[in-house]
Amino acid sequence: MTGVDEIRRIAGEIPDPELPALTIADLGIIREVRIDAAGAVEVDITPTYSGCPALEVIRDEVERCVRDQGYSHVAVRVVLSPAWTTDWMTEAGRHKLQEYGIAPPRARGADMRLLQLSVVCPTCGSAHTSEVAHFGATQCQAVRTCADCRETFPHFKEH
Amino acid sequence: MTIVVADAAAVYTMRLADDCLVLSHRLAQWSSLAPTLEDDIALTNIALDLLGQARAMYARTAELDGTGRSEDDYVFLRDEREFVNCLLVEQENGDFAMTIVRQLLCSTFQLAQWQALESSTDEQVAAIASKAVKESTYHRDHATDWTLRLGDGTDESHGRMEAALTALCPYTTELFEVDDVTRDVGARGIAPDPAILGLEWEAYIDTVLRTATLQRPESTWTPTGGRRGLHTEPFGYMVAEMQHLHRSHPGLAW
Repeated sequence: MTGVDEIRRIAGEIPDPELPALTIADLGIIREVRIDAAGAVEVDITPTYSGCPALEVIRDEVERCVRDQGYSHVAVRVVLSPAWTTDWMTEAGRHKLQEYGIAPPRARGADMRLLQLSVVCPTCGSAHTSEVAHFGATQCQAVRTCADCRETFPHFKEH
Repeated sequence: MTIVVADAAAVYTMRLADDCLVLSHRLAQWSSLAPTLEDDIALTNIALDLLGQARAMYARTAELDGTGRSEDDYVFLRDEREFVNCLLVEQENGDFAMTIVRQLLCSTFQLAQWQALESSTDEQVAAIASKAVKESTYHRDHATDWTLRLGDGTDESHGRMEAALTALCPYTTELFEVDDVTRDVGARGIAPDPAILGLEWEAYIDTVLRTATLQRPESTWTPTGGRRGLHTEPFGYMVAEMQHLHRSHPGLAW
C-alpha cells in the first residue's frame, strides 16, 4: 500500500493519449488524490476541453493504475470547476512540448497578461511567426507558420 | 418514450443540451466538405466542443429529472417532438455563408448565456459554463472573422451573406423568448433573464455586421416552437440520420 503522494506520482506518469510525449501530471489534469480511513481512493481529474475524447481513456487508465497499487476501492471523479487552464502545465511539460515540435503555451502573469509577446518557432527559434488557423489537429492546438524557416508548426494555445 | 418532466430546471438544462447537440451535429456534417482544410478542421473542432458541452448538460439533466437516463438515451431514443432545441440550430448548413451566419448568431447567444450561467445557483451548471465560456469565445471569434471577410469581401460573398441573414434572422426571436420554464429558473437564480441576454446579443451582432458592411434585416415573421418540440421540416431528417445506427443496432457500443 502506498500513500497519497505515491498515487499522485504513479498516476501522474500516465501519458496523454493524444500527446504521448506529455504525462497527465505535466498537463495538470490530476487535481486531487484522497484516501479515506477505510482505504478507498478518490482521484479528481479535470478535462482540458469539454469534448476532449482523451478524457475517458485517461479516467480508465488512472483507475487501473491505482488498482495496480493494491487498492480495491477506486473512484475517479471528473471535476469541471475550476476550469482547466494552460497555466497549470508544468515547466517540464512545456519543455517536452517544445522538444516534440509543438510551441508550448505562453506563461501568464498574475494579471493574466501574457509574459511573452510572440510564439517562438520550435524548429529554428525565431519569433517571427504568425497564426494560420486557430483550430488544429486537436482541440488544444492552433496552426502557425514561421517567416524565417518557413516551417508550419502546431501551437498549444493559451486557454 | 415520452417522459413528462415536472422540474423546470431539468427542462431548461435539456434545452441547453439540445441546442449544443443539434448545432454540433450540423457542423459535423461539414466534415470533409468545407471550402478549405483549415475550416474543415475548425468546424469539426467547434462541433466537438459543443458535443462535450451537450454531454455534460445531459448528465446534469439526468440528475435533475430523476430518470437516470444516459446521454445515449437522450440523443438516440427520443423522438423528434421530444427535442427542445431552438429552431435556429437545426437549420440546414446551406452554403458556407449560411453556416457562418448561423454560427455568428448562435455562438454570440451561447457565449452571452454561458457567461451569465457562470454565476448560476446550480453549481453543476455553473461549472459546465465556466469551461464552456472559453470554448464559445473561440467559436464567436471564428464566426466574427469570417463575417468580416465575407461581408466586406466580393459582391458574390456579400450577396450570399445578405441572403443568409434574411433566411436566418427570423429564427433569432425565439432565442430570447420567455415562458413558464425561463420564469421559474430565472426566479431561482439558475438562469439569466432572456431579455438581458437579448440586449447583449444585439449589441455585439449589430457592431460586427456594421463593420462587415451588412445589417440585420427587419422581419415581422418570428417562427417559434422548438422549445415545445415543434420543429422545422429539415430537423426530422437530421434526427433520422443521427439515430439510425443506434436504433438499428440497439445497445451498440464502440
